[in-house]
Amino acid sequence: MDGELTRMTAADLAAAIAAGDVSAAEVTEAHLARIEEADPRVRAFLHVAGDQARAAARAVDERRAAGGELGPLAGVPLALKDVFTTIDMPTTCGSAILDGWCPPYDATITRRLREAGVVLLGKTNMDEFAMGSSTENSAFGPSHNPWDLDRVPGGSSGGSSAAVAAFEAPLGLGTDTGGSIRQPGAVCGVVGVKPTYGGNSRYGVVAFASSLDTPGPLARTVLDAALLHEVISGHDPCDSTSVDAPVPPVVAAARQADVSGMVIGVVPELGGEGIQPGVLAKFNESVELLESLGAKVTEVSCPHFSYALPAYYLIAPSEASSNLARFDAMRYGLRVGDDGTHSAEEVMALTREQGFGAEVKRRIMLGTYALSSGYYDAYYGKAQQVRTLIIRDFEAAFERVDVLISPTTPTTAFRLGERVDDPIAMYLADLYTIPADLAGNAALSVPCGLAPEDGLPVGLQVMAPVLADDRMYRVAAAVEAALDARRGYPLLNDARGLA
Amino acid sequence: MPGSSTAAELVSYAEAVTRYEPLIGLETHVELGTVTKLFCGCPAAFGGAPNTHTCPVCLGLPGSLPVPSRTAIEYTIRIGLALNCSIAEWCRFARKNYFYPDMPKNFQISQYDEPLCTDGWLEVTLEESELGAYGGGAGGPRTFRVGIERVHLEEDTGKSQHMGGATGRIHGADYSLVDYNRAGIPLVEIVTKPVEGTGALAPAVAHAYVRELRDLLRALGVSDVRMEEGSLRSDVNTSLSPRGSGRWGTRTETKNVNSLRSVERAVHYEIERQAAVLDGGERVIQETRHFHEESGITTSGRSKEEAQDYRYFPEPDLVPLAPSRDWVEQIRSSLPELPAARVARLQREWGLSGVEMVEIRNAGALDLVEQTVAAGAAPADARKWWLNELARRANDTGAELTSLPITPGGVARVVELVASGTLNDRLARQVIEGVLAGEGTPDEVVAARGLAVVSDEGALGAAVDAAIAAHPDVADKIRGGKVAAAGALVGAVMKATRGQADAARVQEMILARLTQS
Repeated sequence: MDGELTRMTAADLAAAIAAGDVSAAEVTEAHLARIEEADPRVRAFLHVAGDQARAAARAVDERRAAGGELGPLAGVPLALKDVFTTIDMPTTCGSAILDGWCPPYDATITRRLREAGVVLLGKTNMDEFAMGSSTENSAFGPSHNPWDLDRVPGGSSGGSSAAVAAFEAPLGLGTDTGGSIRQPGAVCGVVGVKPTYGGNSRYGVVAFASSLDTPGPLARTVLDAALLHEVISGHDPCDSTSVDAPVPPVVAAARQADVSGMVIGVVPELGGEGIQPGVLAKFNESVELLESLGAKVTEVSCPHFSYALPAYYLIAPSEASSNLARFDAMRYGLRVGDDGTHSAEEVMALTREQGFGAEVKRRIMLGTYALSSGYYDAYYGKAQQVRTLIIRDFEAAFERVDVLISPTTPTTAFRLGERVDDPIAMYLADLYTIPADLAGNAALSVPCGLAPEDGLPVGLQVMAPVLADDRMYRVAAAVEAALDARRGYPLLNDARGLA
Repeated sequence: MPGSSTAAELVSYAEAVTRYEPLIGLETHVELGTVTKLFCGCPAAFGGAPNTHTCPVCLGLPGSLPVPSRTAIEYTIRIGLALNCSIAEWCRFARKNYFYPDMPKNFQISQYDEPLCTDGWLEVTLEESELGAYGGGAGGPRTFRVGIERVHLEEDTGKSQHMGGATGRIHGADYSLVDYNRAGIPLVEIVTKPVEGTGALAPAVAHAYVRELRDLLRALGVSDVRMEEGSLRSDVNTSLSPRGSGRWGTRTETKNVNSLRSVERAVHYEIERQAAVLDGGERVIQETRHFHEESGITTSGRSKEEAQDYRYFPEPDLVPLAPSRDWVEQIRSSLPELPAARVARLQREWGLSGVEMVEIRNAGALDLVEQTVAAGAAPADARKWWLNELARRANDTGAELTSLPITPGGVARVVELVASGTLNDRLARQVIEGVLAGEGTPDEVVAARGLAVVSDEGALGAAVDAAIAAHPDVADKIRGGKVAAAGALVGAVMKATRGQADAARVQEMILARLTQS
């Protein structure tokens, strides 16, 4: 039974718990057992909160026993990226500088999950401060891809994507700044969603780049992702950039799973040189599949997307250089050199020197430079102009088509260690995902098959206009349903890394 | 002087302003009187046990986000409108990045190139008495229009206390304590344009500007402006250029000057100091300077040339501010009577001179005098008690007049008791002393201390007769026509009655007994 429980979708688990077929406590125990069994190899979790998870599950069971109303995901376990603050668990952001820090408050999303009866299993690994595409920048060591343990699970939300792909949790939460949900989703063969910027609260999400950071779901099915999306979304008065608008009807769209009559645009700028042949092949098959399902597919050029990556690597580090200034040993976290012989300034410098990893330092330096007097206009200012042009490209495209599609990543999961000494190669993993972050519109990645040459999963990226998140769920759900039907079983059954 | 001067030497003020034209500019920070902080719900109240008015937002904890206070924005717009500024239709907050332990995020949310209010002015009037000190004075009061460059909103920092060490600065301290209660309190910065054409009057104009601004802020109800608590502090820019040169000199910025008189003294000192530097053939260094209350001098702070690069950029955690025109007009229509108009009206109603009105305003006593008059006192009496006795006592204890434990109603009652003859001025001072000491209302103090004037004719007559008998030589002089000598006998009677006699009545009784008229 335990093995069956961890293989079930979130939607089915919630239904079974609501019907009394299984208790939330049993579901939680099954997942904790699976973590114990699989996580020494996957290393998805930085912190497993067994006691709190059991208590949360018991509360759901008691509420049900008392005849109380249960939310759509009550009793379903979730793996939370270690960037969301949690009052009862440490929050490290994968950084030594926050090792052991227990925040005095819950993130808005953490609170909404608890209120919905979602069971938080613990905190998952990530690239330090969400900077990276492989989890190799975590101060606590990398996570491993359940398809092949020698490969990366993507990043920065690689702990959450690996946990979901390894059946350690049916649901995961991540944050996407340049692709940090969609890319790990794609390379782990799960669904990863970056909602419209501002659709999900950032309050209590430790900031990397404020104007880009977007929390979103990771799940094994499109419907599960949509259910989680609706639980966490909606206006938050504690976040000024949170959108005060109705949540797009994403669950209904995921159930609709129908693309007939939709106009879908292929962006030629996303998929050119450097793309792995098997990724391109799977993408092309997806295009044919969508046409066969009744969609009209056309090519839509977005000429400024080519400049997205360089613009991103000015804007994101600039904001990060300022956001990460607060880690100075004065109030919380690591403190180095406080031995009576160093000044406050020196303690700050020593702590930051020791507490931050190489990639974080690289980006702080890049951002500090880009914002400096005399360079601001040429770097940060110019990058913001590029951002405006990318927004206009999207707006023009969405006048002609309902959604845009592309491969999510240029390649399948790469090997651990393969790119650690080559930052540019690492940055290229986010080449296709960055435009949607810069523009703030919605995008997701849905598995679209395995690359023939390496047998690893490939993601199809679907991009929708701002606050039209439901459209991409329709498309993704249709693709998922058609591929599952053709295959006859869920894609993740082919993941052999843990076999 | 030329050739031998160093920066420590001064040129006399009169000489300095003969050869050089001063140019001043002021940047004034005022803490708004909102109930909550600028970006969170913590109380903005002054004081409190250290680090009790804090939350994840004002402590800048990882993950926390700012949400701007609508009231703070409204107050800033009120200030902008009262200063005749344009209110931006769209503007943004910006981050000012620098590391300091009392900055929770190591950046301050401020405004940079897109302030909320721009391009206004404030008129200030100098009375003849204020012109006199700088060789002016003839030809009546003078009015200057001080241009306002910008008014913007930002958050205050925490407060550091550096323990041990010689300087009280962070360098050399044994350890430092940080209190974040002040972190996130809304702060408005009001920046003037360079104020040209003041000539020798520059220090007085600086003084009058801050006074006018302080009264304006109080009248707008946006801040109670307790200068002694540092809720209003000015940075004063001063430069000199040789007369007729047509160019501006290098300026210094004297930081955090926090009283009207200090603003004036700081400008005065900088003019004398810079004149000596220029006379010596040296360059004025562009730098920040610190003003010292006790000595009245300024000393070098950090040089602007080694100043930090604040790496300003638009605050990505906040959406742009776009106050609707309807809202701005609604705020404009709710502005109260502004100080200049109010002072003119009260001067007319009270029949006081311009100089007397300036004295009242310099003492920050306009509201108190107005309330005392409203409680029944004659304006001249209300002015007299607040500006003499009470101002002296406030000064002794370093308190603001408004924080003395006596109400305008209490002062009015004292005035009434004097007018009715129950008290003389000397007894009235004792009554005030009693009220300030918490002994009760003026009437309660009179009763408890037994302070009423002795007006019993029988008792007074006996005291007068005794005084005459004790001083026959004085009595003879008075009989011989030297009426002025009566003062000695009045003094003797007052002494005998421990000051509780009505001196005028005693004088009458002495003269009635010793002269024929």
